[in-house]
Amino acid sequence: MAVPRLYKTEAVIIRQRKFGEADRILTLLTPAFGKIEAKARGVRKTTSRMSGHLQPLNRCMIQLARGRMTDVIAGCETLESFHRLREDLDRLSESLYVAELVERMLPERVPNYPSYRLLLDTLRRLEQGDGREIALRYFEIRLLDQGGFRPELEQCVGCGKQIEAESHFFAPRAGGVTCPACAPDSGGARSLTLNGLKVLRQLQREPYNKNARLRLDAPLAQELERHLRSYVVCVLERDVNSAAFIDRLRRESQLTPAEV
Amino acid sequence: MNESSPAIAAPLARLVEEFYKLPGIGPKSAQRLAYYLLRMPPAEAQALAAAIIEVKERVIFCSACQNVTEEDPCRVCSDGSRDRTVICVVEEPLDILSIERTRAYGGLYHVLHGTISPMDGIGPEDLKIRELLERLRSDDIREVILATNPNLEGEATAMYLTRLIAPLGIKVTHLARGLPVGGDLEYADDVTLARALEGRQEVQQDNRDGASA
Ligand SMILES: [Zn+2]
Ligand SMILES: [Zn+2]
Repeated sequence: MAVPRLYKTEAVIIRQRKFGEADRILTLLTPAFGKIEAKARGVRKTTSRMSGHLQPLNRCMIQLARGRMTDVIAGCETLESFHRLREDLDRLSESLYVAELVERMLPERVPNYPSYRLLLDTLRRLEQGDGREIALRYFEIRLLDQGGFRPELEQCVGCGKQIEAESHFFAPRAGGVTCPACAPDSGGARSLTLNGLKVLRQLQREPYNKNARLRLDAPLAQELERHLRSYVVCVLERDVNSAAFIDRLRRESQLTPAEV
Repeated sequence: MNESSPAIAAPLARLVEEFYKLPGIGPKSAQRLAYYLLRMPPAEAQALAAAIIEVKERVIFCSACQNVTEEDPCRVCSDGSRDRTVICVVEEPLDILSIERTRAYGGLYHVLHGTISPMDGIGPEDLKIRELLERLRSDDIREVILATNPNLEGEATAMYLTRLIAPLGIKVTHLARGLPVGGDLEYADDVTLARALEGRQEVQQDNRDGASA
């Protein structure tokens, strides 16, 4: 057989779940093979040599042995552990949201280097901490693009007319922006401000370094988050679990502990 | 899993099915266990069945610490010799057994029954956090020790609890993170190693007189 039994790849661990007595099934995003699942044996025991390396959000060099059903992790070494992400609950919850979108949006074993690059860049941006809002919105727009769900932002998804800079709507179920005439027939279309439209277009057209210095005021940040999240939920046909935790942390940071 | 297996008697198939639902049991193990029970003396099988029923009927959760218990409050919570100003927060009831085995801790416990796991949709409302906060408000607690597991979910849970507890003016501590006993330095990942360095302790010179006596 042409395929070697053992192979090595770099990977970011995007998800783990318990399996059996002491094992875990990990979901990995790799630069060359796309998203793959692998079994890590015995990693829930404190004596495991690999468990510290195989934590979610770690970037690792992983050695895998091909298995009949799932590949098995034979060795692992941490390349980048993003420890500043792990030590701040807000950044951690945002990173888990990013990992969850990657996990749900990308198909298994379809090579997708741009998404690997995007995931790594986004985790680094979140770890650095400035402009996390922009980093997240940029990530959503790009991942949607790479996953084949690019939202239409130039022409009305109803009638095809160029969107005029006066009154416009965002209709996730119809796949993008609509003109006022088409909005009522586009299921759940909500109004989109001119600034909102401009920022979405800029995020979609320009590379990150052209967007990094964008600063959004609170209402605009909320508007963009709401539109993009409803688009993501529409594409995935389900809620994003980690988003609920982000919302909760934000809500509770404005309360006293007695009210929690 | 067995709808199409005429080779296996229906009651046996049902038993295999039930075992298969248990954590850590695959289809092969489920079959092995079922056939083992089949060959077991009737008295032993009845004892096992009775034990299962009893555990469901008699084991309840302690209203204070949420540990599994036969009586409420549990034996730890009603033990007058324990330090009632310290609470050690753990993920699961089994963690209490591990800590008790060390005989290094004499305070109270609180069992969360899980960890926050945002991607799985398990949030604070699914754990016994509200009950913990009630204890912290009504009892005279000086220190809360967070003994969640040193992995992503355990740490997220610990950070979340710290946010809630610290404003109450109660000291929050965290089990030291370091190298596992029996582990090799060369295999340690950098997070573990960095934390082991941060948590280093001054070495006491050993007592030579004591050692030679
Ligand atoms: Zn239109
Ligand atoms: Zn108790």
